[in-house]
Amino acid sequence: MATPIRVNRIGLEPQIYKGGKTTLCAGCGHNAISERIIDAFYEMGVDPRQVIKLSGIGCSSKSPAYFLGGSHGFNAVHGRMPSVGTGAMLANKKLIAIGVSGDGDTGAIGIGQFVHLMRRNLPIIYIIEDNGCYGLTKGQFSPTADLGSKLKTGVVNDLPPIDTCALAVELGATFVARSFSGDKKQLLSLLKAALAHRGTVMLDVISPCVTFNDHEGSTKSYAYVKDHDDPLEEVSFVPFFEDITVDYEPGSTQEVTMHDGSRLYLRKLEEQYDPTDKISALKRLHETARRGEFATGLIYIEPDRDDFLELLNLIDEPLATLPLEKVRPGKEALDEIMESLR
Amino acid sequence: MSPTDLAVQEQQAAANRQRVVNDFSIQIATVNGSGSQTANMVLLRSILLMGVPVSGKNMFPSNIAGLPTWYTIRTSKRGYVGRKKEVDFLVAMNAETAKEDVLTLDPGAAVVYDAPLKLDTLRNDLTFYPVPFDKLVAPVCPDAKLRRLVRNMIYDGILANLLGIDMALMEKALGKQLGKKGKAVILNQGALKAGWDYADANFTKQDPYVIEPMNETAGKILIEGNAAAAIGCMLAGVTVVAWYPITPSSSLCESLISYMKKYRIDKETGKATFAIVQAEDEIASLGMVIGASWAGARSMTATAGPGISLMGEFAGLAYYAEAPAVIFDVQRVGPSTGLPTRTAQGDLLQAAFLSHGDTKHIMIIPASVEECYEMAQQAFDLAELFQTPIFVMMDLDLGMNHWMSDGFKYPDKPINRGKVLTDDVLKKIGEWGRYKDVDGDGIAYRTIPGDGMPAYFARGSGHNAKGQYSERPDDYVENMDRLARKFETARQHVPKPVIQNNPKAKIGFIGYGTSHYATEESRDQLREETKVETSYFRLRAYPFTEELAAFVDAHERIYVIEQNRDAQLLQLMKLELTPERVSKLRSVLHYNGLPIDARSVTDDVLAQEGFEVAKKTTARMSAGSAGGE
Repeated sequence: MATPIRVNRIGLEPQIYKGGKTTLCAGCGHNAISERIIDAFYEMGVDPRQVIKLSGIGCSSKSPAYFLGGSHGFNAVHGRMPSVGTGAMLANKKLIAIGVSGDGDTGAIGIGQFVHLMRRNLPIIYIIEDNGCYGLTKGQFSPTADLGSKLKTGVVNDLPPIDTCALAVELGATFVARSFSGDKKQLLSLLKAALAHRGTVMLDVISPCVTFNDHEGSTKSYAYVKDHDDPLEEVSFVPFFEDITVDYEPGSTQEVTMHDGSRLYLRKLEEQYDPTDKISALKRLHETARRGEFATGLIYIEPDRDDFLELLNLIDEPLATLPLEKVRPGKEALDEIMESLR
Repeated sequence: MSPTDLAVQEQQAAANRQRVVNDFSIQIATVNGSGSQTANMVLLRSILLMGVPVSGKNMFPSNIAGLPTWYTIRTSKRGYVGRKKEVDFLVAMNAETAKEDVLTLDPGAAVVYDAPLKLDTLRNDLTFYPVPFDKLVAPVCPDAKLRRLVRNMIYDGILANLLGIDMALMEKALGKQLGKKGKAVILNQGALKAGWDYADANFTKQDPYVIEPMNETAGKILIEGNAAAAIGCMLAGVTVVAWYPITPSSSLCESLISYMKKYRIDKETGKATFAIVQAEDEIASLGMVIGASWAGARSMTATAGPGISLMGEFAGLAYYAEAPAVIFDVQRVGPSTGLPTRTAQGDLLQAAFLSHGDTKHIMIIPASVEECYEMAQQAFDLAELFQTPIFVMMDLDLGMNHWMSDGFKYPDKPINRGKVLTDDVLKKIGEWGRYKDVDGDGIAYRTIPGDGMPAYFARGSGHNAKGQYSERPDDYVENMDRLARKFETARQHVPKPVIQNNPKAKIGFIGYGTSHYATEESRDQLREETKVETSYFRLRAYPFTEELAAFVDAHERIYVIEQNRDAQLLQLMKLELTPERVSKLRSVLHYNGLPIDARSVTDDVLAQEGFEVAKKTTARMSAGSAGGE
């Protein structure tokens, strides 16, 4: 008798969610993130044919080739993935968009498009694979490199870092989280919650560069992050299609109802932390940064705000496939316009 | 003899000259932001309603209010709508430029002016009509705040009286312009009448310029090229528009927004069948267009030269990853910020090769508002057929000025979405590869995210026929050669030139876009003034079609007429034509920011042909707005 095949709720095998063989360095944090993406999309039963993968340029941006091989993907130009993703979602609002960027791709060349993506609250999962350096061009500092961190050549970074999470909260993203590539459980929970959120998910994943930035002087090395990680809360995610079981003590959990009806439970490490409060989210980010620590977990969530596509009052069907009679007004329309010009 | 006697004599001489009927230009000099546009449009439309061919051109500053603006109206019984170099009738409303405006007129011109400016002391070879605008406006417009706007309508009344424009038609034009704004209509009607009455009581017609009814404009519309293109886009079924405001292209997208809101809201659901997004810059605009077209939408953007410069990187991506895009370039004067509110054809080379590496793009070039409308529709078909950016090369003169046209024809064909993989095609071709040339025309089948067909990873990095990342030399060459083959295929599908072959002509003219009007008129001038015959080839697309070489072969000398300094079309032709053909090419270039005029073309050609040409005064507006920033 053949071994029973493991499938998810839409009957697809895990294999379907895999991508091409990675060309990144062995041990690169980005590969772990790709694996969590595969797990999250499989476990949530997302149809890969409805997914679009987007990226800019850099090590991070190569990674969409390494997950969800059955999904369409677009490796855009450096720092400009948000606009390509925006266009694609305008064309077909039924798609599920996941974009992978890096700290240089987002914080330097792409900061303009990043800012406006956050403002628009476009439905997209935007992941920054954040290693504080430019890996593909051999290790130069990126704008998220911490003050005082040191290149292998001994050059010290004397500019303050951009905190992409604080920026995203400030700009209007409705789901802002930070995690660490090596934290399987937290990252998977956040990705699953991201899939249930309608609006912009900004997920900054610290992902140490094993080749150029994993040394003692760097604040984004494995050793440094493991010692300075400050989990905000333990995240447990219950999708709407599974039985909801609660094993959290009342008073120690916070429930967040997601756009699709599923619920996110946050085990709070601190009673006063409230991820729906923008001001406390920003305060927390600044406080942990001052201590040289990273706050991880779900930092901010605003589940009810209209996303960009809702604001545009788009017809239910994808614009891309509307039939001619819906997109070409009749002759009487042209006649009316002509008459108004005579 | 006193100077006054001399002036009287000159005026009588002018009056004795033959009348000039339906063949002169009017220039209205005002300050921008003063609301003169309504008065100018009413004047333009009333002449059209008289049945007389007419065109209007706005020469405005890059400024919101307070700087000089000139509006020129040309009436032409022969139907010429290009700019006329000379001004025959001046309306001087702007104290700042009035003196220079008057000093640069040719003898015999007429001037209506604001009386306090005392312009009649400047020259004695012109006809002057002083009008006390402020005195006239007060009784018809009790609200002092509105007087600045309403006083413009007084010059329309004055001109109606002096030129013989039917007041009933002028009132009709006013109603058309102001629509349902009841109070405004009443105020402006009063001003019109006040102007007419003042002229009737105080002036004796002394200049030769008159409008007489004709029957040449029945059914004609008046429209800007930008609005015409917008209507074309709407009927082409555009669904995603991303843009960033920039003169002179903004009104294309703004017209489109208003048309789409009216005609493209789904009747059953009340929801939009389109998305129009004002992006953060031109880079994002093209990025959104590419993302949308990759995901299957008909998408477009509109911009001008500075936006085209910014779009370079994305244009290369669209060329190489093969994403459709329709890009309207409403050209203005460069380089850099240049003259943002003046016209040019200076982006041709930039658009043709926009982006690094071996990149080349299809351009289509409308010359009329009707072609803006039709080519907008063609552009979407071509973009999807060739899975590549299509640049629609308009210019400020075409895009922002009002042109007379026949009504547009409703499209008689469905849209063509190009090669999109279906189950049937898949069965036929066996194995699919995103960049596999199964038909030999360089165009591969694409799939659309969400359509359930095989997925691929679009990218700007090297790839093979299957769309996989590849740095292999043979993969690279094969792909680049296929892209070149696709460009060759495009020659058969782009708009063909419009050719007027004259068997007697040794000279051939090649023009494109708005250079057409001056070129057409110049051909008549050459024939009538010097018996020089010409043929004419109006180019409408790049890549060039096979007719080009044949046209060059059929003539001894070819004049390429364009509105830029560097002879950009001629340079482009040099890349494709044989050395023998290239040796026949000459240039007529006009690049002072004003629309090209026939006189300049004719004089330039005659000089190059070895004729003696009298030096005329240079274009007057070029100095006019110096110093304004």
